[in-house]
Amino acid sequence: MLKLFDDIENPYSQSGISSASVPEYAAGMGLSVLENNKSHDWEELLLMVSEAKDRVAFRQLFNHFAPRIKSFLMKAGADSTMAEECSQEAMATVWNKAKLFDPTRASASTWIFTIARNKRIDAIRKIRRPEPDELTWPDEIEPAQEEALELKQQSEILADAIQNLPEKQRQLVEKAFFKELSHSEIALETGLPLGTIKSRIRLALERLRHAMG
Amino acid sequence: MKNDKKIKHHLSEDLLMRYSNGTLCEAFSLAVATHISMCDDCRAALESYEAVGGALLDVSDPEEMSDESFESVMALIESQPTQTTQILERAASDVPSALSDYIGGSLHDVKWRPIGLGVKQSLLKTSGNSTARLLYIPAGTAVPHHSHNGNELTLVLKGAFEDEVARFGPGDVEMADEDLDHQPVAVEGEDCVCLAVTDAPLKFQTFVHKLVQPFLKI
Repeated sequence: MLKLFDDIENPYSQSGISSASVPEYAAGMGLSVLENNKSHDWEELLLMVSEAKDRVAFRQLFNHFAPRIKSFLMKAGADSTMAEECSQEAMATVWNKAKLFDPTRASASTWIFTIARNKRIDAIRKIRRPEPDELTWPDEIEPAQEEALELKQQSEILADAIQNLPEKQRQLVEKAFFKELSHSEIALETGLPLGTIKSRIRLALERLRHAMG
Repeated sequence: MKNDKKIKHHLSEDLLMRYSNGTLCEAFSLAVATHISMCDDCRAALESYEAVGGALLDVSDPEEMSDESFESVMALIESQPTQTTQILERAASDVPSALSDYIGGSLHDVKWRPIGLGVKQSLLKTSGNSTARLLYIPAGTAVPHHSHNGNELTLVLKGAFEDEVARFGPGDVEMADEDLDHQPVAVEGEDCVCLAVTDAPLKFQTFVHKLVQPFLKI
C-alpha cells in the first residue's frame, strides 16, 4: 500500500511547481523566514487561547477559520444557515478543546480541520464516529520545539503546494476531500508532498516504539 | 490494544481518505478505527490525509459569516458549563476501545449466535445500510463459500484465517469485492475472531445458505 506517496522522491517534480521556488524550505529554513512569509502564526495563537483564554488571539483564529469551516461544510452539502451554525459550534469547540492541541502532533489548520470534520459527522450526517485509541506519548522522547517547528514547516510546504497546483488539479483534490468522491474516482496524481508529512510522522512513531521497548 | 506481530494487509487509500474527511459510514469507520488502533503505518497515513484536509481548509476560499457571528460564538462558549476534562472510564479490554464500545467490553462478553458448522456471529448495531458483525470461526473450520454483491472488509482480531488470496493474522485486513469468490478457513491452533463489514449482503454458493441468508442477516 501507500505507493501513492512512496514513489514521489521529489515532491515538486510532478506538480508543475518550479523547484527553484522552494529550496529554502527543503534546506530547512529558520523560523524567522517563516514568520516573514506568513502574517499569522496559528499555532501560537491557539496556544494563547489554550494557556490564557486570550480572546484577541481567538478572534484572529475565528476570522481566518470560521468562514473556511463554513465553506467546507457547504461544499459537504449543508445549506448556508446550517453551515453557519455548525461553523460557530466548531469554533466554540476550538476554544473549549484548545488545551488538547499539541503542536508536535498536528498543525493548527490540521487540528481545526479534524474538529470541522467531526462536526460534519455529528451534526450534518448525524452518525457516530468510532475513534482510534489515542497514542500515549511519553514526555521524555519529545524534543517538542524542533518537532513543532518541523511539522509547521512541512504543513506550510503542503499548503503552498496545494495553493500552487494548477487549477484543475486543485479542484480535484478539493473535490476528493470536501465532497463524496472515492479515491479511485479521482486518480490523485497531483504530486503533493505527502511523503514529507508522512515520513515525519513515521519517524516519530519509530522513536515512540523504541522508547516503549 | 497493541499488536506486536507485523501487520501485512492494510487499509486501502480510499478507506483512509474517506475516514479522514468524514464521508465513511459508521460500520466501515468502526473497522478503520479498530485497525488504526493496531497499526502505526495506517495511523501515519491517516494523519497525512488529515494534514491535507488542514492545508485545503487553510487555502480554501472563505464563505461570508453572518454579522455578530463572533459574538454568538462567545455567547455560546459562555453559556456552556466549564468543561471538565472527561476521562472515560473503560474496563480493560482485549480489543481497541472503538470496538469495545460496541460489544460492551471484551470478546468474552460477546453474545454469539450460531450460524452453522461451528461458526458464530454477533451483529453490531450501526446506522446506515452497511452491516458490521463479529465472526467466530473455530480453528480449522471454513466459512461457507461466498462471493459479494458489494464490498466486504474483514479485520482479524484473534487467530488467523487463510483463503485463496493469502493468510491473514491479527490486525490484517482483507478487502473483497464482487470479483472475489472465496472460502476463508481458520488456521489450526487458535479459534479465529474477525470483525466483518459489508455494504451489501454476501452471496453464498449453496442453496441451503441462500434460503437461510435473510434470517441470518449476513
